[in-house]
Amino acid sequence: MEEFTCIICPNGCKIKVEKIEDGFKVEGNICKRGYEFAINEMTNPKRSLCTTVKTSYKDFPRLPVKTDREIPKDMIFKVMEEINKINLTHMVKSNDIIIENVLGTGANIVSTCDMELIFKEE
Amino acid sequence: MEFYDVVVLGAGPAGLAAGLSSYEEGANTLIIEREKYPGGILKQCIHDGFGLVEFKERLTGPEYAERFIKMVRNKKIPILTSTFVTSIKKEEEIFILSVVSKDGIIKVGAKAIILANGCRERTSKQIGIHGTRPSGVMTAGLAQYFVNIMGYLPCKKCIILGSGDIGLIMARRLTLEGAKVLGVYEVKNSPSGLTRNIVQCLNDFSIPLYLSKTITKISGDDRVEGVEICDVDENMKPIKGTEKFIECDGVILSVGLIPENEIAESLNVEIDNATKGPYVDQNFMTKVDGIFSCGNALHVNDLVDYVTESGRLAGKSAAKYASSKYKRALNPIEIPLNKFLYAVPQYIDINSDNNKVVMYLRSRDIVKNVKVIIKSRNEILYEKRYTHLNPPEMERIVFDFNRSSLNDYSIKILMQEG
Ligand SMILES: Cc1cc2nc3c(=O)[nH]c(=O)nc-3n(C[C@H](O)[C@H](O)[C@H](O)COP(=O)(O)OP(=O)(O)OC[C@H]3O[C@@H](n4cnc5c(N)ncnc54)[C@H](O)[C@@H]3O)c2cc1C
Ligand code: SF4
Repeated sequence: MEEFTCIICPNGCKIKVEKIEDGFKVEGNICKRGYEFAINEMTNPKRSLCTTVKTSYKDFPRLPVKTDREIPKDMIFKVMEEINKINLTHMVKSNDIIIENVLGTGANIVSTCDMELIFKEE
Repeated sequence: MEFYDVVVLGAGPAGLAAGLSSYEEGANTLIIEREKYPGGILKQCIHDGFGLVEFKERLTGPEYAERFIKMVRNKKIPILTSTFVTSIKKEEEIFILSVVSKDGIIKVGAKAIILANGCRERTSKQIGIHGTRPSGVMTAGLAQYFVNIMGYLPCKKCIILGSGDIGLIMARRLTLEGAKVLGVYEVKNSPSGLTRNIVQCLNDFSIPLYLSKTITKISGDDRVEGVEICDVDENMKPIKGTEKFIECDGVILSVGLIPENEIAESLNVEIDNATKGPYVDQNFMTKVDGIFSCGNALHVNDLVDYVTESGRLAGKSAAKYASSKYKRALNPIEIPLNKFLYAVPQYIDINSDNNKVVMYLRSRDIVKNVKVIIKSRNEILYEKRYTHLNPPEMERIVFDFNRSSLNDYSIKILMQEG
């Protein structure tokens, strides 16, 4: 049996998971999302990654980005290396893809900022 | 001079929500922001976890801000950016704001003001660390600004003092960017950040968390060369003989936030010693008629969703006040400060036609199996059982009161076992 703290929402439920014959026994979660989290955490822990990429805009040197789905926890630093190779030279909106299917994880690196909206007032 | 019904100070999540609801309530509204872009501190909070209450989604800070910036822009509510409010004066029944922008100094008039100007971070001076002040000592928010906005790594090998959420989030962020975070040191015997941040920011990256320890000295001339760490006793006093030297080139301070209230104080707005923000009634009006407060300027929130909620409520009330001024009758809410850190609002305006109170409170200690009760005279207005209350996790409760039963009686908050 293993115990995890659910990180899906601020409740932070402590969840116990036990492998049983035809699946898992899960205790301590308040909701269904916690159930899935705990099983994943035991079998294949995943995380979403939020970071920035370099841009060539002097007034906006970094664009915030994220993975659009979770990636395996042990891939985080490898994915960071890929992201750090980028230098963005055009304006993007939120959810525009910066790197497609990064390192075959199935996740895209997408923008979390609408540059035009931000720059508009200037 | 331009005149508005309502002027909002700050275009962070509180100010954006306040501006929107004030406008929707029919008030001629202006938002003033000192930075180049709206969004407030959310611009640099690039991690996710925002918006679970408001949108039932996990958004990053910039995404959360963008939703509100879009709504404000769609309604064409004016935001003056790169504009700083230097002072506000009340003349007769009108507020006159002195505002500095690239066009020089202008004056703006308003019937009501909403203070949504956020909070600032405690620094090493405020917590009394000895030694030199070399570069490399910075608040977690400044480190966050360097890394996320400027793309500059301010240290290679650092320690973090204080286990507040921003410090925990920066521990992960600095690690991702290639810095070595040697550990997070907390003077109390329990962490002050949310459990989920301990898990996903520290445990995931094997960053140790040390409780009941503090920094007693920072050394280095131009640049930090190391710190002296000490165990503390139950009164949080360093224990002689436990000193240990740790080599590092950065010290990140995550020792708490306090509401920004310079402008509030200049307007003689009374400040609550418990929250360090203004006293307000259920309509988020401070003790000065026509001045409202919300978001982190009112009290430091841990979830941005509640910042938005308070902005929305303040905006609506300010617009109402601007359209027809009214006389208030403020009854204090009594709160036992040995049980609670604070509760907001601190007053009930029994003349107001709004008899629904949205209250935010924090317990003083970690407690298990308690009842929080709100009562007036003999009537119980609200009662809820909690299996546990934890000071870092703010509770929100909503209750109604009956005006007639309240006359001359204050409302009491109680915490009982059970
Ligand atoms: C460094 C830091 C990191 C944080 N990280 C998180 C986090 O990860 N998650 C979370 O939920 N909460 C976080 N918080 C708490 C966060 O402050 C709130 O969630 C929320 O952003 C507060 O919103 P606000 O609108 O009250 O204040 P802010 O977002 O701070 O907005 C206040 C605005 O007022 C402007 N302003 C101030 N004074 C003036 C003036 N005189 N004239 C004109 N404009 C002025 C400021 O420039 C700013 O844009 C963080 C706070 C800080 C300080
Ligand atoms: S189990 Fe559900 S309620 Fe509990 S922390 Fe996870 S997501 Fe939140």
